[in-house]
Amino acid sequence: MLKPLLDFEKPIAELDSLIEELKRSAANDERRREAEHDNVDIESEIARVEERREQIMREVFANLTPWNRVQMARHPMRPYTLDYIQAICTNFIELHGDRINADDPAIVGGFCQLNGRTVMAIGHQKGRDLKERQHRNFGSARPAGFRKALRLMQLAARFRKPIITFIDTPAAEANLMAEEEGISRAIAYNIQQMFHLPVPVIVAVIGEGGSGGALGIAVGDRVIMMEHAIYSVIPPESCAAILSEFGRDRGRASEAAAALKLTAQHARQFHIADCIVPEPLGGAHRDAAAAARALGDVISAQLLELESIPTAALLDERYRRYRAIGSWEEIEHAAVALPLPSSHVEGPLS
Amino acid sequence: MAKSRWFSKPAGRNGTTVSNMPEGLWVKCPRCAEIHFAKDIERNLRICTKCDYHYRLHANERIALTVDDGSFNKIDDHVVSRDPLGFPGYPDKLARAMSSTGLTDAVVCGEATIDGRRCIVSAADFDFLGGSMGSAVGERLVRSMELSVEKRLPFVLFTANGGGARMFEGLLSLMQMAKTSAGLARMERAAVPYIVVLTDPTMAGVYASYASLGDIILAEPGALIGFAGRRVGNQDMGMKLPDDFQSSEFQFRCGMIDQIVHRRDIRNTLSTLLMLFAEEDANAQASA
Repeated sequence: MLKPLLDFEKPIAELDSLIEELKRSAANDERRREAEHDNVDIESEIARVEERREQIMREVFANLTPWNRVQMARHPMRPYTLDYIQAICTNFIELHGDRINADDPAIVGGFCQLNGRTVMAIGHQKGRDLKERQHRNFGSARPAGFRKALRLMQLAARFRKPIITFIDTPAAEANLMAEEEGISRAIAYNIQQMFHLPVPVIVAVIGEGGSGGALGIAVGDRVIMMEHAIYSVIPPESCAAILSEFGRDRGRASEAAAALKLTAQHARQFHIADCIVPEPLGGAHRDAAAAARALGDVISAQLLELESIPTAALLDERYRRYRAIGSWEEIEHAAVALPLPSSHVEGPLS
Repeated sequence: MAKSRWFSKPAGRNGTTVSNMPEGLWVKCPRCAEIHFAKDIERNLRICTKCDYHYRLHANERIALTVDDGSFNKIDDHVVSRDPLGFPGYPDKLARAMSSTGLTDAVVCGEATIDGRRCIVSAADFDFLGGSMGSAVGERLVRSMELSVEKRLPFVLFTANGGGARMFEGLLSLMQMAKTSAGLARMERAAVPYIVVLTDPTMAGVYASYASLGDIILAEPGALIGFAGRRVGNQDMGMKLPDDFQSSEFQFRCGMIDQIVHRRDIRNTLSTLLMLFAEEDANAQASA
């Protein structure tokens, strides 16, 4: 099977095929004899190449640029929401529809069990092959998707079940139909209503945290990010296309990616992510089971912590968490002169 | 001049063409291209006398047109954004916006009266980095919301935020969508009225957060209101867009707006709404 590769994954793939070749030779008696005749020990050769592969992987993945991280977050082999739900949870029953007029396949959700207790899992879903990608609209949700998500969250809240959301979207859908159906309002209303949910909400950014489309299901008490996930106010391509600093050139997206500081590590520095889950060397797609185990462990631990907090304190803490976000300062009032229209006189309220 | 030419329109009005117009004395309507004496437009609430185009207002002009003279008490304009990302060019842009607008960020907030009714008022200024929302805008708006709840005063907010979330502050700007919506969740719980007036332009992260969450949502006619700008979104992919795509009228048709209100009627409409909300409040208190 031909696997899609990123540029910096190619040297690793070359060594992979070399190892495979050597292993095939080891299993082939005739070639084994040839090798012995040439005084080559195939086993030690395999070990040598494997060691070199390990070393190259460490080098490559210790030196990822911000743009490489964007590529990793969008990697077509990366585990998606349903992969994580299947791996972490049991008895998942998917629930469909916004109870207005549609079911959006770009967002999935349903009840399931985590460590034997019922939770609501919701997330953006991307597709693996071309057909499914189109069906899932590349993980870009329409208003119906956000409305379904809110319906499921409020359902969970009514039965006092904690909520886990998985974030993996390039952006919300922005076409004519989405605009007609009120995409902005759908996102805004979700964000607002999530502040009322009287149950623990855990957010896991597993791939792309794409601006408003991500935030529409991403207000929570804990925000976890996978090591190679990103979270950004705008796709780097769009940022580069808009700003003269990047020549209004989409091709300079890698520079925009660096300027936007969109990696998990930055999100942690800005106190927007609480913790980063390390991925297997080379990324979650190289060992999806291990990645899911790592994420599952962190979610379970966070859930345990959150469940001991009384509801009122939980909601208060959620408000304070988001209330505090930002980078601002208070300057002297006189620092900037503020001209006012002549008809206008400033004065205290009478 | 010959009498026969009295009633024909001069080629360039008063011999003036757009290229040699003295700065500030004449304005050309962006919609109908009529050239107006700037003072006439000022006197007409900055609305085109020919085609009714609503020119954009500065935040201070908006407030002066809306609230009772002398009633506005500005708050929190000393809260300013930092450059948390070290984004190329941002400190310069911020400094230039401050000196060209005389503002300290893209929204002006304060306490005021409209027709004698007390409220908290906020107006955005498109000329300050496209009215985009960064940390200072988010902080100021949440402080206004908290003040609304504390004093139980309605919050009247005018948008003019074509820039959406301010990308120079990255993820922190995106999170201002959550921060402002958190403030509005508290207002919702406290049942303090929140009235939004959408004005040209209101887009992206602002429209997808506090601008869409009004208990009442009004809009000026002909304003650009929508989710993703053409450069960002993918609307152009094979779909024929209606002529009025992302206008007030389009959003009204889609059910997103309570009323489109002409600028000259906004103050009266707000005054009536504040009265209607206050009446409810008085009844609630009487029955309690």
